[in-house]
Amino acid sequence: MSELTAIGVLLGIIHQGIRLATPYLYAAIGETISQRAGVFNLGVEGIMLMGAFSGFYAVFETGNLLLGVLAAAVVGLLMGLLMSVVSITFHAEQGISGIGLYMFGLGASSLLFKTMLGTIEPVRGFPALRFCLSDDFCLANISVIGDIFFGYTALTYGAYLLVPIVWWVLNRTTWGLKIRAVGHNPEAADSLGVSVTAVRYASVMIGSMLAGVAGASLSIGLLNVFQEEMTNGIGFIAVALVYFGSWKPVGVLGGALLFAGVSALQLWVQVINLEIPSDLAVMLPYLLTIIALALPFRRSLQPGALGKPFSRGEG
Amino acid sequence: MKDRMWKMLLVLALLAALVACGGNNGTVNEPDTEVEEPANVVEEPVEEETAEEPAAEEEPAAEEPTGEMPEIEPVRIALVLASTVTDLAWSQSIYDSIINLQEMYGEDTVELAYTENMFNVTDAASAIRDYADSGYDIVIAHGAQYGTSLFEIAPDYPETTFAWGTSTNTGEAEGVSNVFAYEPRAQEGGYVSGVLAAHLTESRIIGVVGPVDAGDAKLHVDGFVAGVHAVDPEIQVNISFTGSFGDTSLAAEAANTHVSAGADVLTGSSQQVVGAVNVAAENGVPWLGIQSDQSPLGPDVVVASVLYDWVPTLLDMITSHQGGEYGGRVLQLTLANAGQRMIYDEGLPEEAVAAAEEARQGIIDGTVEIVAEPRN
Repeated sequence: MSELTAIGVLLGIIHQGIRLATPYLYAAIGETISQRAGVFNLGVEGIMLMGAFSGFYAVFETGNLLLGVLAAAVVGLLMGLLMSVVSITFHAEQGISGIGLYMFGLGASSLLFKTMLGTIEPVRGFPALRFCLSDDFCLANISVIGDIFFGYTALTYGAYLLVPIVWWVLNRTTWGLKIRAVGHNPEAADSLGVSVTAVRYASVMIGSMLAGVAGASLSIGLLNVFQEEMTNGIGFIAVALVYFGSWKPVGVLGGALLFAGVSALQLWVQVINLEIPSDLAVMLPYLLTIIALALPFRRSLQPGALGKPFSRGEG
Repeated sequence: MKDRMWKMLLVLALLAALVACGGNNGTVNEPDTEVEEPANVVEEPVEEETAEEPAAEEEPAAEEPTGEMPEIEPVRIALVLASTVTDLAWSQSIYDSIINLQEMYGEDTVELAYTENMFNVTDAASAIRDYADSGYDIVIAHGAQYGTSLFEIAPDYPETTFAWGTSTNTGEAEGVSNVFAYEPRAQEGGYVSGVLAAHLTESRIIGVVGPVDAGDAKLHVDGFVAGVHAVDPEIQVNISFTGSFGDTSLAAEAANTHVSAGADVLTGSSQQVVGAVNVAAENGVPWLGIQSDQSPLGPDVVVASVLYDWVPTLLDMITSHQGGEYGGRVLQLTLANAGQRMIYDEGLPEEAVAAAEEARQGIIDGTVEIVAEPRN
């Protein structure tokens, strides 16, 4: 197990990249839904922190993992409601209201942590699933397939399942059609009887709910601990990933895997002692993302009405 | 028109809520409400230290000034931190030490106010100036990025003592005389940890989860590698840096990488190691901590910590200030002056602890020289 073969290193990078991409994926897919409906939510980072704390605290007090995810989802939903009221009903500038929500989440999660916990505590989060069919044989132990497909937590599997589900909802259901319509041309949608406000509210709230779950995937999925500011910018990178993925779930998946994969790569590069300075290795994920962004052959699905508040009639 | 009415109502509601709850929430500057809770939490590590000390330190006891409690008059200390007091690392270590001082002398003698999350230097500069204006005797800016701000502000308050670190620059070149600079000689504690790690490893591979290759972290890693190779130059020490002090998830993945590469002892520094310690706990790999007692994260896994005890340094600053010397010196935390202390878990093999103690004594005597190996 500890032999450093080339294939071993490669499998290590793949496995860790897939795992590390989990919070990015939840947050970015959620943001995709919200942005497709025309609202961009910069508060994802704050919602993630609140979700991380809520999920952590629920598991800390009750030991029930499902309750933790539920708590994070509900908190995300409520923060999405706040964002919706301010940005959709009150027509606030979405960038500013989003940052305000981020600051609120940052401060509130720290305050709650200090008053309700006070110190860093470990917790038993989601276990890595090895799919053991019998005492001796586990699917995760199969040499190559096991490393790539098995050994992740339920939350990680959930994140990847989300991609085809959200793709299907956006492109094959009436509800998805409404979301896309409201994001591209809300006046036309409104004239056809679609409630722009209701669809946007729902999209933002669902997106925020997923951001809350993204936070929980960090605190009770990957790290089994809550620490102030533990998201460290994942929320903002998730918003950038939506742009990177051209507002398509598949594109977002690719972006998340690229970013997380290269982050895992740079860690391995430092360990196998190639003569690369650590500072250069640390730059890699960001460098590669910028290069990929500069590639020209990507069709943009940017929603036409992204960021513009809608009001019927006088405007 | 209706829009505006709703907006006004919302603003009024928010204001009402603020006024109603404003009292309890309290700003971070209020020492009373904030200091209560952590005082209970800090009890544990303090007790652990004193419990471990007689076991770990037999001979060197004579050199430790632990019995000394100099007389001090009431002093007001202000602390500006880049992260939080719960980070189980750099910031928490000095906060815990000031709390210890308060327990030693009473809260009436040692008054503390602190501001967290001042990573941004401009914000920190206004906090520092505010504290100096409010008449605090000693203003500590706990981070290597605050130097320039301090040298600008210090001349305006010649009778206030300012302090910062990790650094050895007291601003003499700029004509500043009321700034102390402090520097934990992290390579010392690192060396002792390295010796301990070398005795604990069976796979002969050790992993280091670093933040940024600079400052305190760099010194620690330098010392650690030197300590490991002093025991056995053949042991492989894999070092990786995440590029940030707070990227907890990446630190966890770094630890996973080390474990996959065969490491069976891990160490690392900065507040992000919380994720790495969790990985160590999952894999049953011993962890060597630094800066604060990180054993709450995994009692079976954190087998030793290099604790930064700022009490001697703080007392030095306080007695100097009250003696009329407001700054101008470099203060160091070393093993010799009890600024750094080793905490060992009871379950460690005796010969490993003995070797570590021998190294520690060697550093204090000066017989051990720590030479940093160049990194690529």
